[in-house]
Amino acid sequence: MSDLMKLTLAGARDALRAGETTAVELTEASLAAVAASKPLNAFVHDTSEIARSQAKAADARIQAGDAPDMCGLPIGMKDLFCTKGVATQAASAILDGFKPKYESTVSQKLFDAGAVMVGKLNMDEFAMGSSNETSVYGNAVNPWKVDERDLTPGGSSGGSAAAVAAETCLAATGTDTGGSIRQPAAFTGITGIKPTYGRCSRWGIVAFASSLDQAGPITKDVRDAAIMLEAMCGFDAKDSTSMNLPVPNFEAALTGDIRGKTIGIPKEYRVEGMPDALETLWSEGRQMLRDAGAIVKDISLPHTKYALPAYYVIAPAEASSNLARYDGVRFGHRAKLEAGDGITEMYEKTRAEGFGAEVQRRVMVGTYVLSAGFYDAYYNRARRVRALIKKDFDDVFATGVDAILTPSTPSAAFGLGEMADADPVQMYLFDVFTVTVNLAGLPGISVPAGLDSKGLPLGLQLIGRPWKEGDLLNTAFALENALGFNAKPNQWWR
Amino acid sequence: MLDKTFETPKPKVIAGAKHDWELVIGLEVHAQVTSKAKLFSGASTQFGAEPNSNVAFVDAGMPGMLPVINEECVAQAVRTGLGLKAQINTFSAFDRKNYFYPDLPQGYQISQLYHPIVGEGEVFVELGDGTARLVRIERIHLEQDAGKSVHDMDPNNSFVDLNRTGVALMEIVSRPDIRGPEEAAAYVTKLRQIMQYLGTCDGNMQNGSLRADVNVSVCRPGDYEKYQATQDFSHLGTRCEIKNMNSMRFMQAAIDFEAHRQIAILEDGGEVTQETRLYDADKNETRSMRSKEEAHDYRYFPCPDLLPLEIEQEWINDLAAQLPELPDAKKYRFINEFGLSNYDANVLTAETQNASYFEKVAQGRDGKVAANWVINELFGRMKKDDVTIANCPVTPDQLGGVIDLIASGEISGKIAKDLFEIVYTEGGNPAEIVESRGMKQVTDTGAIEAAVDQIIADNPAQVEKAKQNPKLAGWFVGQVIKATGGKANPQVVNQIVAAKLAL
Repeated sequence: MSDLMKLTLAGARDALRAGETTAVELTEASLAAVAASKPLNAFVHDTSEIARSQAKAADARIQAGDAPDMCGLPIGMKDLFCTKGVATQAASAILDGFKPKYESTVSQKLFDAGAVMVGKLNMDEFAMGSSNETSVYGNAVNPWKVDERDLTPGGSSGGSAAAVAAETCLAATGTDTGGSIRQPAAFTGITGIKPTYGRCSRWGIVAFASSLDQAGPITKDVRDAAIMLEAMCGFDAKDSTSMNLPVPNFEAALTGDIRGKTIGIPKEYRVEGMPDALETLWSEGRQMLRDAGAIVKDISLPHTKYALPAYYVIAPAEASSNLARYDGVRFGHRAKLEAGDGITEMYEKTRAEGFGAEVQRRVMVGTYVLSAGFYDAYYNRARRVRALIKKDFDDVFATGVDAILTPSTPSAAFGLGEMADADPVQMYLFDVFTVTVNLAGLPGISVPAGLDSKGLPLGLQLIGRPWKEGDLLNTAFALENALGFNAKPNQWWR
Repeated sequence: MLDKTFETPKPKVIAGAKHDWELVIGLEVHAQVTSKAKLFSGASTQFGAEPNSNVAFVDAGMPGMLPVINEECVAQAVRTGLGLKAQINTFSAFDRKNYFYPDLPQGYQISQLYHPIVGEGEVFVELGDGTARLVRIERIHLEQDAGKSVHDMDPNNSFVDLNRTGVALMEIVSRPDIRGPEEAAAYVTKLRQIMQYLGTCDGNMQNGSLRADVNVSVCRPGDYEKYQATQDFSHLGTRCEIKNMNSMRFMQAAIDFEAHRQIAILEDGGEVTQETRLYDADKNETRSMRSKEEAHDYRYFPCPDLLPLEIEQEWINDLAAQLPELPDAKKYRFINEFGLSNYDANVLTAETQNASYFEKVAQGRDGKVAANWVINELFGRMKKDDVTIANCPVTPDQLGGVIDLIASGEISGKIAKDLFEIVYTEGGNPAEIVESRGMKQVTDTGAIEAAVDQIIADNPAQVEKAKQNPKLAGWFVGQVIKATGGKANPQVVNQIVAAKLAL
């Protein structure tokens, strides 16, 4: 049984087509692994009934010879995706009891492709966090463990990364606003890609920061990322920011041939306190790409240091507005009111009870930076910085650079609770290599590269040209082949 | 185009206890865009539907739902801009105006603060006394309407109806060019007329399709001219904004009250506070809604769910080419083509349906006569019954038929009025009615001669007098017409009476 869960999406797809297993078998194996993974707290809403019926339907399609790549493959769904008739809470108390009457475009596309949803996954509340600790369900736990400490799986898609790394499902959906796919993937030794902004429809994904949010897959390897991304993305007339471009066959792009490609190494991504192991991996990665026939050159992205502050102005600003709808009037949590309480008290009590501390902090920061008298100093300035960051990338791409290699995170996963008393900015620093990509709307992928001195996984990030996910995936595929990373966590939770 | 030059109207002057004051008024008119669906959703805009029946997920602010612009609403705003001779901006963008209110489900209204779709334009506003004002339009932007809170259904709860939520509005912002309550009403009337012609807003104030926020300030005579010369607002008084006026009458009363209130404060040595006020029609007064200090901080920022709206000049040109004839153009055409007076042309072009009714009646007939019949007989009769042109019982063909019967001499003007009444109340073909009811004018000289002979024979004394004073012939004519039941052709009677009396 557990062998089935060791399969990749591609492996399971091929096994299904070859008749070596069935979607029902795979799904039962996944559901059993999910049930056995309670200590990881990765799954927060049970969808086993839906999974079983989807698996049956998938088997019928496979038998009929009408099976897209994702058909019959058990995946987990981040709680941020609205799933029709299924609890969707964005890991927040304020959406207590909310079951949407609609299916997000991305989850619908996956279902149309035959994917099986084995459960909904833990995350940071409203995707705001880098450790999964802001979740109303409590944090998910990283399957990787080298001492007595429980480690963070990263965030915000921490449940997705934990579930895939723990082999409870073959892949999972994630969303990435400032690194929420790539950072958890790096922390758990797996792969995650954030496509170009506009590649995946945002329709039906609970919004955090609309100009930055993008969905993407969290998978065991690059091939799986290619397969699942293809099933998730595509133009959607219901999202005005989605791009009307054909979806290429991403898997077909995985030739492993990157001869003649130019890879840029940005000097600004070397930060103080970066572990030696990460430095070493980054250098090794450079050499591996060179060995594979790529031209590797040093580049400069001069405005990088302003990215994090700009991000932490723009994202909260949009969030403060996006989260205004959670007011207790129409759905979700509504506070119990005292006699004499009016609408203002209803708002205040509902939102005070419904939102956790980090969400409240960002709503307040966002409200502040948009308020009269501060708008130009913060929000408008941040937008200008954003334009400069985008220009940094445009300039580099204009010199012929095809992809940029950086670390995914400044360090490996930290211990849960370790940041509890720290300045929130300490936590925000984990996004330092990833937010630039969101600000510029570019595709970025994290691939597992190796282990740090304690034996915890570290990731390398490749950043690609807009709309060139196929090229980016192929470069990542070449790097993955060269790295040969195959470490797995001990299944201590079983 | 104008064949008549208009004087500029005098500003309304209010005599205070100490000195005279003038009014300065600017309007923000909210016009509901005529369209089947809402600005950013496919939900219906139908008025009067069951509460919360015209609500898409995005209108209700459901998580993850996204707005998608309705192209027809954009076209309507462009048409309106073209109708106001305004700059159409090929680049515009939507912003979020953030505030909490239960009938605002998203917690923000999507509007256009920084880049409106329509820029500067103008409206020519004619006043009844032969004067006219050219009011400058600052901008028109598209925005979402809010829903409706209902507070009187339950003692403990308020209810929310989201049917109107997300319906497209055009906010039409004027410069402070309006100088009195009557001018304000005339301006709104003209705007409404133009939009009704364009089919971009039905102008129904009762249903809330047209509402105005009125900015009122007062200044001393001479100050406004300084503002005009410099465009420096410091020459003008502090303004107050009266929200949500949905009746011309109340709007004028509110302006009048507000001006007097401000004058009283100023003459008392006080200062007017810039604030938002509400008009209470029952008490005829304005009351403070919120002061500048309590004013919302709307935290406007570009809506990240929508790309900037970029439209092609060619598309604008197409819309311009398909624009209907506008009120001013139609009016001057009526004056030139049909020889109408300015007044009659104004009356007939006030509403587009009236104008097209008139044109059908006037087609191939004497325009002035047609105008007389439409304005005096038809409109007069409709007013009596409180009927509008849309459900008028007389078709243009029927009315034209009546006019034709007069023109051909088959009926007299007097009979025509009776005939019109029959057509109006009973319907039918005017010519057939005249035939079947024997209403034709008698031009048979034999019959008229007999009648004249009879009157002469019966009134020898009158005959003698008439021979002394030929003016008395008219008495005989009247008697003859009376004797024939009004059907005798008066001209023929005149001739015969004159001949018989040998005058």
